[in-house]
Amino acid sequence: MNIHEYQAKELLRQYKVATPDGRVAVDAENARQITKEFGGQSVVKAQIHAGGRGKGGGVKFAKNPDEAAELFKKMLGMTLVTHQTGAEGRKVHTVFISNPVDIEKELYLAFLVDRGSSRITLMASTEGGVEIEEVAEKTPEKIVKVVIDPAIGLSGFQARQAAFALGLSGDAFKKAVTFLQNLYRLFVEKDCAMVEINPLVITKQGDVVALDAKIGFDDNALFRHPDVLAYRDLNEEAPEEVEASKFNLNFIKLDGNIGCMVNGAGLAMGTMDIIKYHGGSPANFLDVGGGATEEAVKNAFRIILGDKEVKAVLVNIFGGIMRCDIVANGIVKAAKEIGITVPVVVRLEGTNVEEGKKILAESGYNLIVGNDLKDAAEKVVASVK
Amino acid sequence: MAVLVGNHTKLLVQGITGREGLFHAKGCKDYGTTVVGGVTPGKGGTEIDGFKVWNTVKDCVAATGANASMIFVPPVGAADAILEALEAGIELIVCITEGIPVLDMVKVKRVLKDYPKSRLIGPNCPGVITPGQAKIGIMPGRIHKAGNVGVVSRSGTLTYEAVGQLTALGIGQSTCIGIGGDPVNGTSHIDALELFNNDPDTHAVIMIGEIGGSAEEEAAAWVKANMKKPVVAFIAGQTAPPGRRMGHAGAIISGGKGTASEKMKALEAAGITVVKSPADMGKALAERLAAKA
Repeated sequence: MNIHEYQAKELLRQYKVATPDGRVAVDAENARQITKEFGGQSVVKAQIHAGGRGKGGGVKFAKNPDEAAELFKKMLGMTLVTHQTGAEGRKVHTVFISNPVDIEKELYLAFLVDRGSSRITLMASTEGGVEIEEVAEKTPEKIVKVVIDPAIGLSGFQARQAAFALGLSGDAFKKAVTFLQNLYRLFVEKDCAMVEINPLVITKQGDVVALDAKIGFDDNALFRHPDVLAYRDLNEEAPEEVEASKFNLNFIKLDGNIGCMVNGAGLAMGTMDIIKYHGGSPANFLDVGGGATEEAVKNAFRIILGDKEVKAVLVNIFGGIMRCDIVANGIVKAAKEIGITVPVVVRLEGTNVEEGKKILAESGYNLIVGNDLKDAAEKVVASVK
Repeated sequence: MAVLVGNHTKLLVQGITGREGLFHAKGCKDYGTTVVGGVTPGKGGTEIDGFKVWNTVKDCVAATGANASMIFVPPVGAADAILEALEAGIELIVCITEGIPVLDMVKVKRVLKDYPKSRLIGPNCPGVITPGQAKIGIMPGRIHKAGNVGVVSRSGTLTYEAVGQLTALGIGQSTCIGIGGDPVNGTSHIDALELFNNDPDTHAVIMIGEIGGSAEEEAAAWVKANMKKPVVAFIAGQTAPPGRRMGHAGAIISGGKGTASEKMKALEAAGITVVKSPADMGKALAERLAAKA
């Protein structure tokens, strides 16, 4: 789960990680007021869950309180398009007003769970403010990696290693070491998946502050962090994905026209791949999971068919725990209650497959049987041509 | 004699009094696995459907000589259950549980190093089966057939798909290992390949990977340097959009890394037959075996 910059900065403050003063403005007058409090100038920042906001026009400097109010009006409700949002962009629902700082140096800092070492890794670079992927690609020697032993945590010497690598000395060096240790504590205590501070700024006054902050959490650990879960913003999620999550369905919308309903994440990806392989285009990823009920299957169907782009559906179930008769009953129920207006190809395999096929055949609905994975994929692709 | 699990296996089930735990304890027993009982803290001394229950893994091992454990403990306590099995000296720990916090697994992985005689499979996996002998896990036993092809996979249902294709072609399996879909796990593709490489009963391998991380690229390099047997591979997620987690916690393309095309290229360069369609896994393996004969 991702959160907004203003929420991330709230967490940073809780952990005594320095960040510029800033507040969410509720209206234009409030934006003007906050800017006045900051001494007459501010940075007005659109809050969406995507990077590249600056380039997209979502981060602007206000020279005076009136300008801050104007910028607020323009930004709230605008659709922000960045390289991470896709062409459709994201609507801005929240605007954050930040106290400007005098920037001496922009650096990069991130903690993440590194899969190679199976450990939390600190990444630091003197190349702040730019896309770190670009730095990793072109000048990998400019990124310093520190691998952290989970039994010990971030050692003093490791924090110093990183601070030296960032070219810091004196007061800024000491502040950076504390900054790193506090940030690591936040990472572990809140079960983060990724914390990125880009840029980390050294001010002309010698302070070390997080000018921006991006935090992603481990979804599997949210059960022990109700405070973090409260930060969830449904505006940032596709409505059909929110709907699917209510039924424990794993759904991701794609831009093709063949809806997919599959059990298991790997097979769900494999099903998307085979549709593409035979010249079609998948409309979604959908994993109904191992223990799905008739009700879940019915709702999965409703969500898939809710997408007007969907011209056909492929149901691909290889039952291990999942029983084919349950899937078949779910499909028939869906056909009865919502009506199925597009071709549906069903491929069932595994536990109780004969019962499942019988239920479908006797249902009276025109369901196309796929004999195996290849046959099913070919039939569903042919049905939309 | 295949690898990891077989007639020598004496299995205990952690979380045996839960619905899933009990259901699959029976499933394993019905398949032919020696299930010696289970562990649920606080229910020691009782019995459930003919299975004896102990309070701790240590007690169960002392009484039964169990050498393998299957874990169905919910995410909140699953990492702790793995640690308990390690401490009790269990050699093969198969963790089925899905949804364990990754930082819990980071700690487990650190502790694993202290137990060189133990192996963890999973978490978030279907388990391990040696057809005709024993299974530890949730896979449907009857789709399998004893034989000489090893299968290693990050995905459960895709493994069933591969096994189903092999069995339909009359090709049996030595052992099938589901290593799980989490970013931090106990056994890697390389670990499984190494087991198969050293197993005289395994003549060829199907490896199923998916987007995210670089485990498949590392496996490719290992195969190129060490593997003596033909390998066929499929990578799931060729059509997955970047930045989205595709069901499995580990299946995500981030920062342009972990794409299917990178992985497929690395595997091909290592002499592995890479199929683009998941429907072709069995067929490609049959062709590799025929070419070898």
